[in-house]
Amino acid sequence: MSKHLNLTLKVWRQKNNKSKGQFVTIQANDIADDMSFLEMLDVVNEDLTRKGEDPIYFDHDCREGICGMCSLVINGRPHGPMEGTTTCQLHMRSFHDGQTIVIEPWRAAAFPVLKDLAVDRTAFDRIQQAGGYVNVNTGGVPDANTIPIPKRVADEAFESATCIGCGACVAACKNASAMLFVSAKVSQFALLPQGQTERYERAQAMVDQMDKEGFGSCTNTGACEAECPVGIKLTNIARLNREYFTAKIFRQEDVHS
Amino acid sequence: MSSKSKPVLTSSLGKKLIMSLTGLFLCTFLVVHLIGNLQLFKDDAGYAFNNYAYFMTHFTPIKVVSYLLYASIVVHAIYALVLTRQNKAARPVGYYQSSGNANSKWNSRNMGILGTVILVFLATHMQNFWWQYKFGTTPYVEYQTELESGNRQINASDEIPPNYDGYKIFVNNGVEVIQTKDLYKQVEYTFKNPLIVLLYVIAMAALAFHLIHGFQSAFQTLGFNHRRYIGLIKGIGIWIFGVIIPIAFAAMPLYFYFKSL
Repeated sequence: MSKHLNLTLKVWRQKNNKSKGQFVTIQANDIADDMSFLEMLDVVNEDLTRKGEDPIYFDHDCREGICGMCSLVINGRPHGPMEGTTTCQLHMRSFHDGQTIVIEPWRAAAFPVLKDLAVDRTAFDRIQQAGGYVNVNTGGVPDANTIPIPKRVADEAFESATCIGCGACVAACKNASAMLFVSAKVSQFALLPQGQTERYERAQAMVDQMDKEGFGSCTNTGACEAECPVGIKLTNIARLNREYFTAKIFRQEDVHS
Repeated sequence: MSSKSKPVLTSSLGKKLIMSLTGLFLCTFLVVHLIGNLQLFKDDAGYAFNNYAYFMTHFTPIKVVSYLLYASIVVHAIYALVLTRQNKAARPVGYYQSSGNANSKWNSRNMGILGTVILVFLATHMQNFWWQYKFGTTPYVEYQTELESGNRQINASDEIPPNYDGYKIFVNNGVEVIQTKDLYKQVEYTFKNPLIVLLYVIAMAALAFHLIHGFQSAFQTLGFNHRRYIGLIKGIGIWIFGVIIPIAFAAMPLYFYFKSL
């Protein structure tokens, strides 16, 4: 049998990008502790809708912890108090009856608030478009495993590729730095043979775009790694630094002309 | 992808590179400075230390490095300021509730505060000794050492005699004579003041926490992070730069203060 909780929510409400937001206290009563955090918000929203009020706007999609759409800073922690978990996979059993829960959007100049708890994360898309891709020849589909890749390297690239682009790293960082995200996206290609063609241009283009979007710089506090729901490691950031400085010092295109 | 990328030093990573390189250079200085200053603990009325002080301020290669050092301090501080302003601008609206120590260490988030304490200390430290030694007033000492027996006679005075024209070393009838400004005595005088001793000890605590994060952070910025040697880097950062060096430095004002009581 599930327990039921009565909670006090302090939720950030903001009409749109232009308006000033504020915290609104909302009572969430009779919440089953086996609900996910988002289901709890669904219940609260049904209640608000019934009362004719505007429901709380928040991002969500797959609710399976794999898409990277959900966000929320819950009691000061991106994706809440559980480690290695997205908000949709956080359950109300992590909270206790009578608790006050503060819910805030990701805070970053590069992630403007759209409404309430939803922020615009297209800055990540633009970084990705700047260099997070590989060129391939058209033609027949190549056979699987035609390019030999050591398992160790394939595993490492895979680890980096598990980044779901949720932005928790930016939310957790005191500088709102996107280095963990960018480093994961650079690493997944830099490690693999398919990513070599654009390898050094990629690092430069993605860092340039990252700076242009107004993210802060990395001070190696490690908060991003601690809050990442999929466990992206700081070694990725060291790799991005290597890729970038190698590109700048040894691999500028005009060196070859 | 365009190959026309921004110049390296204007990017966020480039600025971090400067922080990293100047920081590591300042770390190497600390090692040299500590080893030299250990001569303060010698009970020889400052004979070794005063000769060392003269050498360090008058040997040209060392002078060149010392100006590089001053430049590094200034550049490190200026870039810290520039980066901090940019980083603050990256989050115009802060959190109501912050995660605090749940996901990162206090010192890693407050390098600017720790650095400011160190900068205030440096200004005081330079005034206390560097300025006094070069332009201010220091006591004066003459060491007369019999080369055969090693017996030493010390003629010290609180003021530099009017006929003194710089450091001199000569041998007269088997007696080595050294006339010099007495920086050792200046150190003794300075550390009679408990407030200065307190500032020095606090600054060394700040230095310890600054370097426990800073040393390994500098290597991370340079791209050195591999499980094979990251333990060594972190170990050196914590034990040598975070513990041994600050404690040894802090021991100097404490030693002179308690000796003066």
